[in-house]
Amino acid sequence: MTTPAAGREAGELHVVGKGLPKVDAAAKVTGAIAYADDIDLPGMLFCKLLRSQHPYARIVSIDTSAARAMPGVVAVITGDDLPVKYGIMPTCEDELALEHEKVRFVGDPVAAVAAVDEETALAACRAIEVGYEPLEAVESIEQALVSPDDEPIHGYAGPANVHRLAALEFGDVDAGFAEAAHVREDVFFFEGNTHLPMEQHSATAQAVGDKVTLWSSTQDPHYVHRALAKVLGLPMGSVRVVAAPHGGGFGGKCDPFSHEIAVCKLSLMTGRPVKCTLTREEVFYTHRGRHPVLMWVRTGVDRDGRILAMHFRSALDGGAYGSYGPASTLYTGALQTTTYAIPAYRFEGARVFTNKAPCGPKRGHGTPQPRFALEVHLDKLAADLGIDPVELRRRNYVRPFTRTVNWLRITSCGLGEVTDRVLEASGYEHRVKRPGHGMGFAVSSYMCGAGLPIYWNTMPHSECILNVGRGGVTLLSGATDIGQGSDTVLATIAAEELGLSPGDIRLVTGDTGLTPVDLGSYSSRVTFMAGNAAREAAARMRELLVRAVAEEKGCAPDEVAVADGRIGLIAFEEAAALAEARFGALSTRGSYTPPQGIGGRYKGAGVGPSPAYSYSAAVVDLDADGRSGEIRVNKVWLGHDIGRSINELAVRGQVEGGVYMGLGEVLMEAQAYRDGLLRQPSMLDYKSLTFLDMPEVETILVETLDPEGPYGAKEVGQGPLLPVIPAVVSAVHEALGVWVDEVPVTPDKVVRALDARAKGKEPRYGPKSFPQIPYPPLVKVAPPDAATAAL
Amino acid sequence: MLRLPPCSYLRPGSVEEAAELLSRHGERAMLVAGGTDLVPKMKRGQMEPEVLIGLGHLAELRAVTETEEGGFLIGAGVTLAEVSAHRRLAAAYPAYVRAAALVSSPALRNVGTIGGNLCVDTRCNYYDMSFEWRQACGFCMKKDGDICRVAPASKRCRAIASSDTAPAAIALGASVVLAGPAGRRREVPVDGLYRDDGQYYLEKSADEVVESVRLPAPGSWCSSYVKVRRRNTIDFPLAGVAVALRRSGPLVDDCRIVLTAVGSRPFDVSAAAAPLIGRELTADVLAGADGLLAEVAAEAAKVAKPLDNADLHYVWRKQMTRRAVEQAIVEAAGRLPVPTGRA
Repeated sequence: MTTPAAGREAGELHVVGKGLPKVDAAAKVTGAIAYADDIDLPGMLFCKLLRSQHPYARIVSIDTSAARAMPGVVAVITGDDLPVKYGIMPTCEDELALEHEKVRFVGDPVAAVAAVDEETALAACRAIEVGYEPLEAVESIEQALVSPDDEPIHGYAGPANVHRLAALEFGDVDAGFAEAAHVREDVFFFEGNTHLPMEQHSATAQAVGDKVTLWSSTQDPHYVHRALAKVLGLPMGSVRVVAAPHGGGFGGKCDPFSHEIAVCKLSLMTGRPVKCTLTREEVFYTHRGRHPVLMWVRTGVDRDGRILAMHFRSALDGGAYGSYGPASTLYTGALQTTTYAIPAYRFEGARVFTNKAPCGPKRGHGTPQPRFALEVHLDKLAADLGIDPVELRRRNYVRPFTRTVNWLRITSCGLGEVTDRVLEASGYEHRVKRPGHGMGFAVSSYMCGAGLPIYWNTMPHSECILNVGRGGVTLLSGATDIGQGSDTVLATIAAEELGLSPGDIRLVTGDTGLTPVDLGSYSSRVTFMAGNAAREAAARMRELLVRAVAEEKGCAPDEVAVADGRIGLIAFEEAAALAEARFGALSTRGSYTPPQGIGGRYKGAGVGPSPAYSYSAAVVDLDADGRSGEIRVNKVWLGHDIGRSINELAVRGQVEGGVYMGLGEVLMEAQAYRDGLLRQPSMLDYKSLTFLDMPEVETILVETLDPEGPYGAKEVGQGPLLPVIPAVVSAVHEALGVWVDEVPVTPDKVVRALDARAKGKEPRYGPKSFPQIPYPPLVKVAPPDAATAAL
Repeated sequence: MLRLPPCSYLRPGSVEEAAELLSRHGERAMLVAGGTDLVPKMKRGQMEPEVLIGLGHLAELRAVTETEEGGFLIGAGVTLAEVSAHRRLAAAYPAYVRAAALVSSPALRNVGTIGGNLCVDTRCNYYDMSFEWRQACGFCMKKDGDICRVAPASKRCRAIASSDTAPAAIALGASVVLAGPAGRRREVPVDGLYRDDGQYYLEKSADEVVESVRLPAPGSWCSSYVKVRRRNTIDFPLAGVAVALRRSGPLVDDCRIVLTAVGSRPFDVSAAAAPLIGRELTADVLAGADGLLAEVAAEAAKVAKPLDNADLHYVWRKQMTRRAVEQAIVEAAGRLPVPTGRA
C-alpha cells in the first residue's frame, strides 16, 4: 500500500483537523438513532438466558419440560443444541454458548428460552430444573496455583488452574543487575473492574430458511461472524452480522457471546425473529473486563538513574474462560519498553482460571495494570536515588525511530514534548508542597492497532470500497463506530480527498454481508488502519475524477484543484458523470495491512507490535484528607501525542473519556466477589464517578505527524487512560506520605496506610508478596543490534 | 431489562381512604408516592405487593404550612426537591433541608417524597440484589430466607437504616402525623417511628399512612447534617449525623446528636453530648483542643456497629462516624449566632 506523504501542511487541509461535529451527533442527541435494543421486527420473540447460580458445579440433569409446557413459550434450548466450542482466540476455544457439562461461574449460561414476551421467557427460565453437583470454587490467584481437590476448571491447561505461562528474556538481565548501583523491588495489585457501557448488550436474529442475519451491539462483527458460522455449522455466506449503532463498548463487546449465538439458533429453529437484551446485572456477568493482576517488578539502575535491567512478573486472575487471555497475559509485559529504553528486560507472566466472570480486554487491554506498577515503581526508585521523578524518567525515555529491546519498532514519538507541555501547563515543577495536597506525574504509550490479527490470516486488516454515482458518495467499511467517532474519521478522510464535507459521505459500516473486511473496533486500530484504507480508496477515486476533468478541459491533472465541492471548475456531480462516462461504474478500493518487520520473531512476539505508538503524559492535582482518606481530584492535565487530529473535537472527547475512566478505575471501580458472588452487580453499587466527582480536564494535543498514519494521525481511544492511574497514586503519596500500592485507592485503604504509619510500620497499603509461580524456562531473545535498533 | 411484575393500582380520593384501602387489602398492599424505593425493589422481587395504593396525586399531602406555634407542618407528599429549595425551611431547619438535599440525585429528589424518605426500606448488600442473586446466595431473613447473611448468629435482621432526613427530624424534635382508617389520627415523635430491626423497622400499624411531618418552632436551635458516602451524589449514607445545638449566652445549653446508617434504626445519642453542656464552643475547642469533641464523638459513635453489608470497609465506616459527629458539631456551631459582647 502506498500512502501519500503524511506531512501535508495543516493549511492545505480542508476538513481534516477541524473540530467539526461528529457526523452522527445530531441523530444521537435527538434520539433518532436506533440502537440494537430499538430493533422491533414483526412476529419477534424474546429470549432470556438461564444462568448458573453456582460458582462451580457439575451439571447432573436439566429438565426443561415444565418450561416448554408454559403458554407463550415457543422454544427452549440447552447445551445439547449448541455443542460446538468457540472462543475469540484459536488457542483457547473453551466456551459453549450454553453449558451442559459444568458451570464455571455465577452467571454462566445454561439454557435459553424464546417466548412471546420477556416476562414469559423469564418465568420459563425459572421453571427449568437443573440438577447441580457443586465443586469447590477457586476464588483467588493463590488458590488457582494449588492443585485442586476437584478437577481443574478446564482440562486443557495446567498445572493446577494455570491457564497460560510466558517467560521471555531480552538481553542479559543478570549482567544488568550485577552492574547496577541500585536495585529496587516492589509488589502491586490492580483489582479487576468492568467496562460499564451505557448500553447493555442486545442482539436480534432473523432467520430466513437456513440463512440468518444478526444485529448486535458488537465491536467486531467479523469475529462474531466467524464464531456463528462455526457454532451453527453454517457456511460463512449463510450468516450475516450487522453491528448496530452502538452505545459504548470499551472492550466489553469484543468477544462472541452466548446471547448472540442463542438468538440465531432460536430464530433458525422457530423461523421468527428473536431478540435478547441483557439486564444490567447480566452485563456484569458477561464482563470480559479488566483482569485483576498481581505484579512484582525489580529494576536495576546506575548512579544517575539510568535503567540497566528490569524484571517484571505478572499473575492475572482470568476468571472462568480463556477469552483474550493469552494476549492479555503478554500485554502485561509488552509495552514497558515503548516509553523507557530498557537495555535488558525479563518478563514472566501467568494467567490463572478462577470461578468468576471471565476477564478480557478493557480500554488499554492488559497495559493499565503494569503501567500503574511501573510508574509508581519509578517514583520510588527516584526517591531512593534522590533524583526528581520526572528527571529520572526523562533520562530513560525512548527515542523516536528506534527499536526496543523486545524488537518493537518505534516511529514518531512525542514523549518529551507531551512531558514538557503538561509540566508547563500544570505548574508542576513550581508547586508549593503543603500537607494534604499533592501532584503526580506519569507517562504512557499505546498501540495504534495490533500488528497481527487475532487468528492467523493474510487478509488486509481493513478494507474500504468507495462508490460514486447519482446517489452521491458511499463509503463501505467493515469498521464499527462504537461511539469513538470512527464514522466521523472515515467520512472526514474521504471528504478531504474528494473536496467534500464529511456530511456528504454516506457510510455503510460494520455489515459482514455488505462491507469488506475490517477486523473491528479494538486495539485502537480504526483511525490508523481503516483510515488508511479509506484514504487509499478515496485518493483513487479522486484520481479518476481529476483525470476525467483534465481530459475534458484539456489540461494537466495537476492543474485540477479538488476543493469545496468542485473538481477543477466543475461541480462534483458533473465531474462524477464525466468520470463515469469514461471509466464505467465508479468504484474504488483501499486496503491496509500493517508493514512487516515491526516486531520480533520469537514466540509471543505477536503481542506488542504496532505500526505506531501514541504517547501520553498526565499531571494530577488533588487534595487528600489525612483522617478520612478521602481524595478530591482538582484537575487533570493530559498531554497526548495524537500524530495529527483528524477531528480535534472527537480527539478531545476521547481524551476526556479516557481520563474519566482512568479516574474511576484508580479511585473506586472494582469487580469484586464475596463467596463466589459479585459484590456490586448494579450501577448503584458498582461505583464510578458521577458528574459531581469529575474534575476539570485540560487536554493538550501534540502533533508529531506519524509517517504512516493517515495524514500523520495516531490513536487516542485508549492511551490517555493509562497515565492517570499512577499519577493519582503518586499525588496521594505526595499529599499524605503513604503509598497505596493497590488500585482502586479507596479511602479505607488510605486510612489503613495512615494507621500503619502511625504505628511505626511501613507507610503503605498493598500486597505483601508475590506467589511462587511455575514459570517455564526463559525464552532468550537476542536484542536488535545497534544498526537495527536505530531505524 | 428487569420487568415490573403485574399488580393493581388504586387511586384513593383522600388519605383517609388510602388508610381504609390499606386496612382492607392488608399485607397484599403497599403505599406508593414517588416510587423511587419501591419500583426497583418490585423489579428485583424484594417487595411483592399485589395492590399499590397511590398517594402522589393527593393535594392534601403536598402542602407546607406554617403552624401557629411558629413551626412547620410538611405534607408527606412534598418532594425532597421542594424541601431542598424551600428558603424558610432552610433558614429555620438547616439540618433537615440539607439532609433532603443530599438524598440520591436531582432526578430522584424530584419525585421522591419526605414521607417516603422517612419510611425508606433498610438496606443491606445481601438484600438489595436481584431475585436470582439472592437465590444464588440462599436468601436471607429479610426476604424469602431464614438467616441473616451478614451476621448468621443474629436473631434479627441487620439491614441498615438509610434515611437521611430521619436523624435530622429527630434532632430537631419533629413528630410525624399518622392517619388511620375512619379519620383516626395520632402524632408520635419521629424517633418513635423506628424499631431496631432491619426487617420490621417501622413502629406503625399496617393501616396507617404517614400524613405529615411537624417541625417545632426553631427557637434558637441551630443544626447541621453530615453525610458520609463514596460519591458526591446518588449514594445512600454510609453514616449520617444530625446535630442540633442551643446556646444560653456563650455556653452550650443543649445539644442533640442523632446517627443514621450505623444500625437498623436511627440512634439518638444526645447523652454523649453531656460534656459540651455548659461549655463554650471556642474556636480552639472546635479545632480539637483538649479533645472535647473527640471525646463526645467517641461516646456518640459507640452505638455504631457496622458490618460487612454496605460499601467500603466496616472499620472505616465506624471511624468515619466519629469524624462525622465532630464535623456536624463544628458545622452546627458555625451556624450559631455569635453571642453579644464578643468579637
